[in-house]
Parts: sequence; C-alpha cells; structure tokens
Amino acid sequence: MEYSEIMVRYGELSTKGKNRKEFIRQLGQNIRNVLKPFPAVVVKAQRDRLHVVLNDQPAQPVMDALQQVFGIETFSPVVKLPKDASLADIQQTAEQMIKEQYQPGQTFKIATRRQNKNYPLNTYGVDDGVGSYILETIPGIQVQMKNPDINLQIDVRLSGIYLSSVTIPGALGLPVGTGGRATMMLSGGIDSPVAAYLAMKRGVKVDMIHFFSPPYTSQQALAKAKDLAAKLAAFGGTIDFIQVPFTKVQEEVKKRVPEGYLMTIQRRMMLRLAAAITIDRHCNGVFTGESLGQVASQTLESMRAINDVTTLPVLRPLISLDKTEIIKIAREIDTYDLSIMPFEDCCTIFTPPAPKTKPDLEKTHEFEQLVDVDGLMQDALAGIEVTKINVGDDYLNSQEDVFAELL
Amino acid sequence: MIYFDNSATTKVNPDVLATYNQVSENYWGNPSSLHNFGEKADQLLIQSRRQIASQLGVQPAEIFFTSGGTEGDNWVVKGTALAKRQFGRHLITTQVEHDAVKHSMQRMEELGFEVTYLPVDEEGRIRPDDLRQAIRSDTTLVSVMAVNNEMGAVQPLAEVAEILRDYPKIHFHVDAVQGIGKGLHDLIFNDRVDFVTFSGHKFHAPRGVGFIYGRTGKKLMPLLDGGGQERGQRSGTENLPAIAAMAKAVRLLKQHEQQTVATEQELRLNLRDYLQQFAKVHIFSGTGPHFAPHILCFAIEGVKGETIVHAFEEDDIYLSTTSACSSKKGLTSSTLSAMGVDPEIARGAVRISLSDQNTMAEVEQFKRVFAKLYEQFKTLS
Repeated sequence: MEYSEIMVRYGELSTKGKNRKEFIRQLGQNIRNVLKPFPAVVVKAQRDRLHVVLNDQPAQPVMDALQQVFGIETFSPVVKLPKDASLADIQQTAEQMIKEQYQPGQTFKIATRRQNKNYPLNTYGVDDGVGSYILETIPGIQVQMKNPDINLQIDVRLSGIYLSSVTIPGALGLPVGTGGRATMMLSGGIDSPVAAYLAMKRGVKVDMIHFFSPPYTSQQALAKAKDLAAKLAAFGGTIDFIQVPFTKVQEEVKKRVPEGYLMTIQRRMMLRLAAAITIDRHCNGVFTGESLGQVASQTLESMRAINDVTTLPVLRPLISLDKTEIIKIAREIDTYDLSIMPFEDCCTIFTPPAPKTKPDLEKTHEFEQLVDVDGLMQDALAGIEVTKINVGDDYLNSQEDVFAELL
Repeated sequence: MIYFDNSATTKVNPDVLATYNQVSENYWGNPSSLHNFGEKADQLLIQSRRQIASQLGVQPAEIFFTSGGTEGDNWVVKGTALAKRQFGRHLITTQVEHDAVKHSMQRMEELGFEVTYLPVDEEGRIRPDDLRQAIRSDTTLVSVMAVNNEMGAVQPLAEVAEILRDYPKIHFHVDAVQGIGKGLHDLIFNDRVDFVTFSGHKFHAPRGVGFIYGRTGKKLMPLLDGGGQERGQRSGTENLPAIAAMAKAVRLLKQHEQQTVATEQELRLNLRDYLQQFAKVHIFSGTGPHFAPHILCFAIEGVKGETIVHAFEEDDIYLSTTSACSSKKGLTSSTLSAMGVDPEIARGAVRISLSDQNTMAEVEQFKRVFAKLYEQFKTLS
C-alpha cells in the first residue's frame, strides 16, 4: 500500500486552552527535527491533527521516528483521496487496504466521519456503499460493530478524504519545549538518563550537567555520559552537555571533612553548582535521578540536608520507582547497556565505607565551614565546558572511522 | 604454482594481512585493560564483532570468537552434551562429518553419551527420514555439516530445520567451515539453526582464528574458563589482530560472493566436463544445487591418490587426497566409503578445491598435465 501521509493525533494537547497553538507549533518543530533524514517529507501542524505528507517516502521509517516523539497520542498511516473523490474511488482504496491486512476469519467495520457537509453522500451512504462493496469483493469477511479486527476509518474532510485502518500508539507526554527548561544532573549511571527521559516526557527541555574528576574519573566515563546524552537527544532534539570540573572540590572536601559527612557535603557542593548553572542559564529547576532509599544520599534525611542549599525546585521523577522498574525503562530507551559500562564516575570515588544515612543539618553546616565553599564554586564554574550533542553522536567510539579503514 | 587445495587452507589476502599487521603494530593493548590503550583495542574488538554480525545478518552478541574450526566444533558438540546432560545423553550427527565433529562425538561416547551417525546416499547427503527416525526424547544435539569437505556435497539443511522445528529444545549445529561465501547463506542461517562453526583460514584470513554463531538464549558449557572474555563463554586474551583481519576477510568475502561462486562454479564444471571423457576416471562430485561450487573429487581407477598428488606436484600443481587432515594418515576417505564407493576406487580419490583466485588459464594448464599423466598411469595399471 502506498500511503500518502501519516495522520498524527494530539494527546493531552486537546485539553490545553490558550496555549494550544504554542503546543502544536512546538510539536510540529520537534517532528520536523526528527524527520530531518527524510527531506521529501512535509509536516503540516493543524489545529486538530498533524499531517506528515510522505511525498513517496516509504511510511515505515517515518513511523519508527514518530514513535519516539512526545506529545503524540496515536498516529495512522493514511491514504488521501481528493475531497470530491467518487464512491468507486473510495471503494477501491478501501478494498486494497483491507486486503493487505485481512486474515481469513477476520471481521471488519467501516466508520465514516463527515466534516465536509457538501459531500454528496452522508456518513450512512459512505458506510453502506463501502461496506457492501467489501463484503462482495472479499469472500468470507464478516461485519462486526464491536471490536472488529479491522476498523477502517474514512474521514470526509474539507481538505480531502482520508482512509486509515491501523492506529499506532505514540509516546504520549507533552512536546519537549512546552514544559519550560531545566537542568539534569547526569552521572552516567542507570537512573539519571531515565529521569531525564521522564522529564522530557512532560515537555521539559533539559540541559545535562555532568561532574567529572580527572584523574579519578577517566575520559571514557566522560565519553560515556556524552553518549548517554546522545541517546536522550532522540527524544528531545539537540542537548546542551555541561561538564563541570569537580576534582578540586572532591579533594578539598575529602581533606577537611569528617568521613561520615563527606558524601553529604560533596552532594551539597554538586547541587550548589547545579543551582548556579541553572539560574545562569535561565532554567527553572534541577532534575535528579534520585529514588527514595536507594543509597545513603537518597534517604529523606539526606535529601533534606542536601536540598538545603537551594530554593529551586529539585525534581525527582524516579522518587518512588523500584530499581527493576527503572531498569525496564532504561532498556526501553536503550540507555541501559551504556550505563552499565564499568567506568568510575564522581559518585563512586571517595565513597566512605559508612556514609551517614541520617545526616544532622546542624552538623552539616558546621563541617561545611571547614571548606572554602565560594572559592571552590568559582573555580569550578570558571572551568565549565559546554558541548552540543545530537542523536547518533558517538564519543566512546570516536575511533570508529579509523577502524572502518582497517576493517 | 597452481594451488588447487583451497579447502585445506587459503592464502591470506594481502589487504587482510595489512590489517593484521597494522593492528599488531598500533592496537596491541589488551581489550580487558582499563587504560585508554586497552580501551581502544576493546573498541576495535567491538567493531570487528559488529561488522561480522551485520555481514551475516545476525546480532553482535551471537558471535563468539574462537581459535578456528576445530575449537568451534569441539565447543558446540561437547558444550551442548555437557550443558544439557540432565535432559538427555543422545547426540545425532552424520557419518561424513569432519573429524573435529566426529572425534568430539567419539570422546563423548567414552563419557557415556550415545551417538547416532546418520548414513548418506550415493550423493553423500543424509536422508531426512533417517534423521526423523533417529530423534529420541533424550536427544540434545543434531550436528550436520553444510558442505562436505571431501567431495562437496551440500547437506539438506532446510529439511533438517523443518524436522527440528517440532523439537525446539534440541540444539541444531551446522559446521559451515566449507560453506561460508559459497552462496549458501540462507540455507545455513535458516530460522531453526542454533550454532554455526566458521574458520578464518578457509576464506583468506589468517590461521588460528574463527568464530561460532550461537543463537541468543541457547547455552553451551564453556570449554575454556579463565578471565571471562567473550561474555564468559570463551576465556583467553582475544587474538585481536587475527579477529580484525577476519572481520575484513568476511566483508570482502560477502562483497564478492556472487562473483566468487560464479567463477568457482565455471572452473569446476569445466574441469568436470573434461575429466568425464576419460574411461578410468570416476567423479564423486555432482552438479546442481546439491554440490558446492568449489570442490571436485575424483579418482583414477588403479592409481593411488597419493601417487596422483605427487605426480602433479612435479608440475607445481597442488591438490590433495580428499581432506588434508586425513591425507597424512593414509586413510581412505570416510565420506566415500559412507557413500558406498568401492574401497579399491576410493583409495584413488583426489580433491581439487578452488578459490576465486584460480583462473581458466590454470585450469587449461591442469588439463595438459592431466592428459600427459593419464597416459602414463594407463600403461601402469
């Protein structure tokens, strides 16, 4: 079947009032972004539907790309006929479409909707005309009104007549960019990429903040974090990756702070830096991959002691997910295999054998005075590097082209 | 020199050798090392695995590097027998397998396993019905080669796959050492096969390297335990220069496969037509899809195979008495005896095995020498 377009149905958008236009515009832009590899395709974002006109581009790869875009409830490959197409034209297209998926013993239904009231036949006329034609031309096929195997929808609209028989679920959520901007503390572990994905699902555009501590952490660990960002770019377009030098902070804290409070104060420094970067970039919140009770820093007491450094919203989409649930999503979004690569990151070095799971707020303040918070902050912020990361970027295998010569 | 013994080994392709040398020179780190130098080697290993997998249309995680065909066959036979021993102790193979499979099977018999060796017809192919009858409730492995190394019969793998579809738990192994790059991809990688053995030096890669395909979810007991390389299934520091070289050889092989098959088939049929004219020549390799394009096995009545090999040697032409592995032992071909060939005639069997490097000019030269030798032999016998 040569499909002429993909019809995209908006999800939660339809409940939005005055912002609806903005949502549709953003979704259109995001879809154009992921469909860049298909230059022939044209995206038309309209008030009630979005149309991806294929212009002879095969439908399957386009649908695969659409499946990753947030803000889409469902979509259907569609054949478009001219708005004044005759019943005979509709009948033939319908027959071809149904024959393509019909298995002996299956049932079908024709559901016509007529927006174009000037069309000579009313809904019943189209239903009846097409339905009886299918019954004649496909021997053995049965009509069934409730839960048919094949539901052929015919939309008689002012712009044309649209036939579709397959509805594919989209990624739901809201278009990335409509939920404002935030930063994300991306470590390189399993959790933070999943949290970033869930942030994007609610329409938030996220900038990644990654702390790295050479020589305690390797270039591979940094490359791995960038590759994770590249995986996430599939859902939200180009990502700003902000690397923050953290060696000095870690060394200083290790030197001056009692072991039990090492981790708490290290985290406070991280969040302080993240908050400063967030405000500097006009973002409105910090996302983290924390999940309650997973490790020492992720108890309520620890969170309170760490969160104490900022009044920005610190958002934790994984807060009540189990590790197995997180891993399931990580596998779905294809970050899991990267995340489990065994490179040390800044969270795993300098971990004391017994970090305080219930740090005391007063003691935390007391011990923090032993380090030069402002000086360390300034140094770290001065050494920031920002990289723009796109889908398909590969930092771990930057040797790939060299190797391609060899192989 | 005219080299007509490509089933014994092939000459390493110069571009493949260049890769081998460059990798030895520049990426000699240990892929398991933590430092960046080892990491680079690991990346190259990953990319080599990926390339081989994509050339064969399988997943990278389904490729396990080995030291060659012998190891691959040993691993699948013994690894299956041992991994599945609590489910059954019956293995099935054919009477015409390479010794790497056959002797592995015999070793398992010493350990109390039972093996059924399927007979073959006069074309050297097993009969699917024999397999059907041989399968028991305690059968855990069926191992059938793709192409017979002695006379080139292509086994009916599609029928084997069809039968084994009713027994999803039995491991189905194909020794494809002689089958890769011969236009048999779909036959070997049918949707039922679980394990396939390959050897690098049979397709212009270096010696001492090969790989097996192992379907996701199918388990073997590892034969080599140690550092946990190859996802814990086959320990030992990876032979990276040879693996990268082999990845390149696979790509070149697949790139030119159609051309190679056409060339080999043309030379083989030309030789076959020529040899058929001689009254005392018996030809064991047929034509059509039941036979590989590169192997031609024949005998001259009353002349020992060894005599023929040495006579051609005088003119710098190299062929072999059936399989290289058994030639030194002076055994008559086990495949030919399984096919019911008269042992007197089988004693005279020799094998021509071609590669895409052979030419029609070489074939013409071979014919001139053959005509001369045939006259000599005729007076002797």
